[in-house]
Amino acid sequence: MIEPIALQSTLETVRFWAIVLCLGLGVFFTLVSTVGVLRLPDIYARAHTASQTDTLGAGFALAGVALAFGWQHAAVYTVLLLFFVFITNPTAAHAIARSAAESDVEPVLAEEGEADDAEVAAETEGETR
Amino acid sequence: MTPVPLEDVFLAAAALFVVLAIVLFYRAVVGPTTQDRLLAVNVLGTNTVVILALLAAGLDQSWFLDVALIYALLNFLMSIAISKFTVDRGGVL
Repeated sequence: MIEPIALQSTLETVRFWAIVLCLGLGVFFTLVSTVGVLRLPDIYARAHTASQTDTLGAGFALAGVALAFGWQHAAVYTVLLLFFVFITNPTAAHAIARSAAESDVEPVLAEEGEADDAEVAAETEGETR
Repeated sequence: MTPVPLEDVFLAAAALFVVLAIVLFYRAVVGPTTQDRLLAVNVLGTNTVVILALLAAGLDQSWFLDVALIYALLNFLMSIAISKFTVDRGGVL
C-alpha cells in the first residue's frame, strides 16, 4: 500500500524527487544497456554491457520502488530482490561469456596486435551483424 | 500533493521498460551465436523482474514482488543451465 506523498513536508518532497530520480536513472541505464546489446560487435562486449549497465539500471529502478513503499515489509522485500539481482546478473553474464569462450566463439580482434586494424575490423564487423 | 500522482510515475516507467524489452527481442531473434540469444533473453528477464516490481508499486499489488523474486530465480537458473549445456562437459562457473 503506497501512501500518497504530501509535499508540504520538506522530507517528503525530497523523497518524491528521489523516487523520480531513481526511476529516471533506471530507465536511462537500461536504455544504454539495450543499445549496447543491440549494437556492440561481439558476444563478449555485449556480455560486458549486459552485466554492468543493466545491473545498475535494475538496481536504480528497484531502489525507487523500495523508496516508494516506505517503512513496510514490501520495502524490505524489494531491497532483498535488489541484492539478489545485483549478485546473480553479473554471474549469469559471466557464465554466458565463458560458455561462449569454451565453445570457441572468436572475439572480434585483429590477428596480431594492430590496434587500428582492430578498430576498423570491429566497426565493419559490427555493422554487418 | 505531488505534481504527478506517484502511481502514474511508476506506470510510465514500466511502459518505458516494456518498450526496451520489446526492442531486445531483435537480438534474441537475430543474434548469430547461441550465447547472443541467451544473453538477450537473460537481459529481457531482468527487465521483466523490474517491470513486475514497478507494477507492484504502481498498481498497489505487493504480491507482484513474490512473482518477481521467483522470476529472478528462474532467470538466473536458466542462464546458468543453458550456458552449461551448450558446452561439452562445461564448467562455466
